[in-house]
Amino acid sequence: MALLKVKNMRKDFDGLEVLKGIDFELNKGEVLAIIGASGSGKTTLLRCLNFLETPTSGEIYIDDKLIYDAQKDIDLSDAQLREKRLNFGLVFQQFNLFPQYNVLSNITLAPSLYIKADIKRKKKEANLEYIKNLFKPGARKIFLQKRSDLRQQANSMHEDIEKLAMKLLKRVGLLDKVKSYPCELSGGQCQRLAIARALALNPKILCFDEPTSALDPELTGEVLKVIKSLKSKDSTMIIVTHEMEFARKVADKVIYMADGVIEEMGTPSEVFGNSKSQKTRAFLQKEPI
Amino acid sequence: MDFGQIMLSLAQGFATTCLLFILTLIMSLPLGLIIAFCSMSKIKPIRWLSRTIVWIVRGSPLMLQIIIVFYVPGLVFNYPMESRMFAVTVAFVINYACYFSEIYRGGIESIPKGQYEAGKVLGMTSTQIFFKVVLLQVIKRIMPPVSNEVITLVKDTSLARIISVGELIKSSQDMMKATASILPLFYSGIFYLAFNGILTLLFNYIEKKLNYYQG
Ligand SMILES: Nc1ncnc2c1ncn2[C@@H]1O[C@H](COP(=O)(O)OP(=O)(O)OP(=O)(O)O)[C@@H](O)[C@H]1O
Ligand SMILES: [Mg+2]
Repeated sequence: MALLKVKNMRKDFDGLEVLKGIDFELNKGEVLAIIGASGSGKTTLLRCLNFLETPTSGEIYIDDKLIYDAQKDIDLSDAQLREKRLNFGLVFQQFNLFPQYNVLSNITLAPSLYIKADIKRKKKEANLEYIKNLFKPGARKIFLQKRSDLRQQANSMHEDIEKLAMKLLKRVGLLDKVKSYPCELSGGQCQRLAIARALALNPKILCFDEPTSALDPELTGEVLKVIKSLKSKDSTMIIVTHEMEFARKVADKVIYMADGVIEEMGTPSEVFGNSKSQKTRAFLQKEPI
Repeated sequence: MDFGQIMLSLAQGFATTCLLFILTLIMSLPLGLIIAFCSMSKIKPIRWLSRTIVWIVRGSPLMLQIIIVFYVPGLVFNYPMESRMFAVTVAFVINYACYFSEIYRGGIESIPKGQYEAGKVLGMTSTQIFFKVVLLQVIKRIMPPVSNEVITLVKDTSLARIISVGELIKSSQDMMKATASILPLFYSGIFYLAFNGILTLLFNYIEKKLNYYQG
C-alpha cells in the first residue's frame, strides 16, 4: 500500500499549462528525487502538494484514502485546508525562517500556537460545562479541578515541544545556536534550522525544494548530509534537486520531469544508468554528475 | 506682563497642542491600519474607494481640510459645528490616518511572500501569521517613516489656529500682541523643539530595541 498517491495532477496559470497530468506513488520510508530542467514544473508540483497552489485538477491519496480532489474540494475552509496541509512539510530554497525569533522559537512557534489554541478550546468547553451545571452541587469544584488540569496539561505540552525542538536541533547539529537569531547563522545553518522546523510538525511526507540551491558550494555538503541522515523506514521524503550525485545515492525513486510531464520514472540506476527516454539522456548529459 | 504670565499662557496653548497631538495619534494609528487593509482588499470597490479617499486626503492641504470639516456641516447641512477642537481633531485624524495607511501598506507589502508561505506550510492560520510572523517585522520596517510623520504632526498642530483653536502658536501670537514683542514666538519654538527632542529620543530607543535582529 502506497503512503502517497498522486493522480492526474494538473495545474495551469491563466492558460499556461505547467503540470500536464502527474501520476506517481510513494511508499513509506522512500525517498523520491525529482530532477528536471528549469521551468519544468518541479516547484509547482511541490507547491500543489503543500496546497500553496490550487491544482486545476488531480487527486491526492494518503494511505489509499482520498484526502484531496481538486474538482470537488473547491471551497475548502481554511481549517480544512490546514488539516490536509499538515500531512506534508516543505523546506524552501530560500529557507523562509522567521527573522525575529531565535533558533529555538523558530521551531516551537507553530507547535506552541496549536497547543494554545487547543487549550483555549478546552477551557471554553469547561466554562460551558460549568455554566450548564451551575446549580448542581460540586460543580465549582469540578470546574476548578478541570482548569488546573488544563493548565498543567498546557505546561507539559510546552515542555515536550521544547524537548523535541532540542532533540531536532541536536540532529541537525545546531545545539550551540539555540539562542541565536537567523541573521547570525550561515546559509547552511539556516537551511538545517528550516529542516528542523519542518520536522517538528512530524509531517508524513517532507518535501524539499532545491534545499541547497541558495547555498555556497562549500555549504551544500552539510545540508545534504543532514537530509541523508533523515532517511529511515519511517520518514518519507520528496526532494527536488539539481544534485545528481546526491539523487543517485540517496533516492529510492527518481522522477525526471520535462515540460510538465513525468518523462521518466524509476530507480536511480534505471534513470541514471539506463534511461529509456532520449530527452532524459540529453538532460543528464548536460548535468554534471 | 511678566515672564511668568507669558509662560503660563504659552503652557496653556501647549496643553491644547499636546491634546490635539495625542488624540490624533490614538485614533489615526489604528484607523490607518483599517484603511490600509481596505486599500489592499481583494474586493475591488472597497480597494478603489479607499485608495481614492487616500489620494484626495493626501493630495490636498490639511489647512483646507480643517476649514472644510469646520464650515461645511454648517453651510451645507445647516448643522454648525459646536466645537472647534472637535472639528480640528476630526480633520487631523482623517489626514494622518491616510498617511499612516500608506506607510502600513508599504510595510506590509514589503514582507516577502515566503514568510506567509512558511507560516502556511507550518499550519498557521492567517490571523496567527499576521500577528505572530508579519506584524513585528512590519513595525520594525515602518518605524523610521512613522517617526517622521509623528514629528511632522507635532508641528502641523499649529494649523489648528486657522479656525481659532488656542494652540501654542496662537497663544504666542496673542502674547506678542499683549507684550508688543516678538519674544513669545521664540519661546514657543523652544516648546516644539523640546517636545520633538523627547519624541526623537523615544523613537531612537524603540528602533534600537527592534534592532535585536536583522532582516
Ligand atoms: N505563480 C505563477 N504564475 C504564472 N506562472 C507561473 C507561476 N509559478 C510558476 N509559473 C510558471 O510555471 C512554470 C514552471 O515553474 P516551476 O517554478 O514549477 O519550475 P521549476 O521546475 O521549479 O524550475 P526551477 O528549476 O527553475 O526551479 C514556469 O514556466 C513558470 O514561469
Ligand atoms: Mg523550482
